Amino acid sequence: MDPIMMEFSQHSPVLIVMAPFLLGMAAAAAGWANRKWAFPMAFLGLLSGLIAAIHMLIKTAKGEILVYHMAGWLPPFGIAYRIDTFSALILTAIMAVALINLVASRASAEKDFTEKAPAWYALYVFFVSGLAGMVATEDIFNLYVLLEIASLSAYALIGMGHNRAPFAALNYLLMGTIGASFYLMGVAYIYIATGSLNMTDIAVILQEMGPNPTITMAFALCMTGLLAKMAAFPVHGWLPNAYTFAPDATTNVMAALTTKVSIYIMIRLVLSLFPLSLAFDTGIIADAMVWLATIGIFAGAFMALAQKSFKRMLTYIVVVEVAYMVGGFWLGNRAGMTGAMLHILNDAAMTLCVFMAVANIRARRGADAFSDLKGLFQTMPFSMGALVISGLAIIGIPPTCGFFSKWYLISGGIEAGHWGFVIALLSASIINAILFFKVFEIAFFEVPAETFGQNSREHESDHHTHHGLPSLAMAEARISMLIPLIIMALTLLALGFMTGGIVNLFIDPAIPGQVL
Amino acid sequence: MDAIPYFIGKYNYWGCIFLFFLGMYAMISKTNLIKKIIGLNIFQTSIILFFISASFKHDATLPILMEEHKGAIDPVMYLNPLPHVLMLTAIVVAVATLGVALTLALKVYRIYGTLEEDEINHAIQSH
Amino acid sequence: MKKLALILCLFAGGLLLMNAHYLPMWGDPASPASTHVSPYFIENAYEHTKTPNMVAVVLADYRSYDTMFEAAVVLAAGFACFFLLRSRARGKKGGHHYYRHIPTGVTIKIEEGGKLPAENSKVFRSIDALWTPYDPIIQTTCRCLIPFLQIYSLYVLAHGHYSPGGGFQAGVVLGATIILLAISHNLKTSLKRMSERTAALWSIIGVFIFAGTGLLCLLLGMDYLNYEVLAPLLLSDEAMARSHSILIVEVGVTMAVMAVMVWIYYNLSSAGQQDEGL
Repeated sequence: MDPIMMEFSQHSPVLIVMAPFLLGMAAAAAGWANRKWAFPMAFLGLLSGLIAAIHMLIKTAKGEILVYHMAGWLPPFGIAYRIDTFSALILTAIMAVALINLVASRASAEKDFTEKAPAWYALYVFFVSGLAGMVATEDIFNLYVLLEIASLSAYALIGMGHNRAPFAALNYLLMGTIGASFYLMGVAYIYIATGSLNMTDIAVILQEMGPNPTITMAFALCMTGLLAKMAAFPVHGWLPNAYTFAPDATTNVMAALTTKVSIYIMIRLVLSLFPLSLAFDTGIIADAMVWLATIGIFAGAFMALAQKSFKRMLTYIVVVEVAYMVGGFWLGNRAGMTGAMLHILNDAAMTLCVFMAVANIRARRGADAFSDLKGLFQTMPFSMGALVISGLAIIGIPPTCGFFSKWYLISGGIEAGHWGFVIALLSASIINAILFFKVFEIAFFEVPAETFGQNSREHESDHHTHHGLPSLAMAEARISMLIPLIIMALTLLALGFMTGGIVNLFIDPAIPGQVL
Repeated sequence: MDAIPYFIGKYNYWGCIFLFFLGMYAMISKTNLIKKIIGLNIFQTSIILFFISASFKHDATLPILMEEHKGAIDPVMYLNPLPHVLMLTAIVVAVATLGVALTLALKVYRIYGTLEEDEINHAIQSH
Repeated sequence: MKKLALILCLFAGGLLLMNAHYLPMWGDPASPASTHVSPYFIENAYEHTKTPNMVAVVLADYRSYDTMFEAAVVLAAGFACFFLLRSRARGKKGGHHYYRHIPTGVTIKIEEGGKLPAENSKVFRSIDALWTPYDPIIQTTCRCLIPFLQIYSLYVLAHGHYSPGGGFQAGVVLGATIILLAISHNLKTSLKRMSERTAALWSIIGVFIFAGTGLLCLLLGMDYLNYEVLAPLLLSDEAMARSHSILIVEVGVTMAVMAVMVWIYYNLSSAGQQDEGL
């Protein structure tokens, strides 16, 4: 590498947040002059973020842990970023997901928001850079600030949907702020007990201090806040409405990233801030969380069964997936944690894929109630192909990636003897299978009534008529939406084949040695 | 244990925790959206007070260095500046959240013509 | 729901109150919060930056990265309000229009179908349908107050190194003057002084001054926002470079906060139409 690149490459931990952020602002400013410039700016911002993330991924894979001191002050006095293998992996996933969705939803964003599209790009990029900062930062207060920047942008992005969206966004705002404030209260307790805000520093202090009721309370407050943020079962109420009524372009990225990053924060706090003994030694907290997740899986899956529209059904599946990861992590053994961490990555990919497929259907059909899906395999074969792959991944069928993380989760459950959780996982797979095959059946065998009538009139002597299934004209989504979707579908398969490498290189080193 | 110094010595935490749950109760139980947003503000303010009260030291003054102390600085003389800084950020975040919340409430009002949550839910169901 | 909320809050509140027992006494100088990190700030802030106000130093130097995102949160809120509310579609105003005859201050109502004055007329100005009466006392008072308030805000900004104050406070005072103008006169008067486009660009430029200072440090080969490296550019030694840079970023914060406050007010008060103010 030439010296200038060397020089620049040390800064990738900060550039992953700042490059998208600055270019996001530039997108808004340029968009004010000419709307056409906003998209390239936003694209460039996320692309540079992705390059920085991949760079860090390669570096950390060689066993390096990247630490960056903001303003040159050493922690605990200044703010530091600390990126290990797992955070680099999540950062790459965030940037890749955001970039792919940006390309895919350009058309619908420009159409829906017209002259306000630059503001949409800016908020979108702020949202993504906020999430990236949350993953990278080692400072618990900086994390709160970044959490708020991501959340505020999210409220605005969701609130721009049709009719019911502002109300759903307001509910999300109230719930999200409760969550963030609980987290901040936890930060206050940690600060009062230790005097520090840096995760590594606090971990050292807590190690020396031993059990402390203030820290137990801080732990409870932080976890409560994060559970509300990640829409875990009893506090999931905001999620289905917010994601259903948001514009498709927003839902895709939000469903794929928001909840996952909150889960990542939970994992990071438990593994590298609070003493492990606090979380797992008594077994009460961990057991309670696993049972909560078990109930959450059943509740979410049954609610998904009751839905009449495809997008809304998927939002409940997001709730179920959150419960997988929460439960898997709190099993407390290596297999369970590996499964939860791997599932963060896989779930981000498959959620994006399935929501993008639905967005394509909605863009063509204008609706997504199950009765509107008839004949889709003929009119939109590629989108439906991607939908089938992502459906299989969500159900957990090899060789898609969903199978492998679920395998880890189930073996973790068996190892820990949590049979309730294992049964919940298996039955959720069955329910997911029912849900998706219902969709596939409608889309494959049933024929839209009006089109059927038209076709049979037009092709009365056509040889297709005696097959029972008339041929429908192909009406695929536009190419800019289709290609990202196909890339994502192939990614789902690729991630499945790469599971071993990902676990060995990136996930295993991030789990502390005490966890067996 | 000596009860009176105990209560006096910790009343800042009591007050903040009371406000914290007062705000939260308002946010959950009130049906008017503006009242909910007011609850939200009480909720966030309580945390600000909590942090600021943690920065207090008896017999200390503002964290602005006095001319006569420039040679040798005794940390006991000055309040802890860090929570002030953190809460400046938190105040700004609270203001920003309030702005977005009011914006969304305005939009809700334009759609449903009311800010009562039960009436909005009724309008959604009957639609 | 109410009872459930009450039980939940009482239960959780009780837990926290019982736990408050373990927190350090109020004002205890030996509590961990006052002994671990903060003495470093108190002892070294002046030496590092030649700035007596430790809050300003911690805000804009030790934890400058937080502060930059704080400005960014404000910017995001400005964008959010604009994105959610702004619409160019005119609301229903009924058939009639109101105009003010500027030389005399007389308000004129023009019924539907009546002849309207020219769009750029110097003598007649279109006013809100919900117009407020012309009140010379309020308007004159505000006209006198606003310059002083603005100078005061600049003082708060410039003197932030030595006394309580700084970018956010200055920005809020400055923003309040424009909002005061909008309240005492009307939205259009404010918009004439500071259009929406100006507000938006100022807010972006403000955050960009902060982030760009950091980026400059990075391009000159140091960590992000490490002001030391700017010493040759600012013609001073390292401590003074930090002091000057604190002022530079505070100016950025002032611009951003002021512009966003005004921008949010424009959109909220007129429900995004920006024709009828409060």
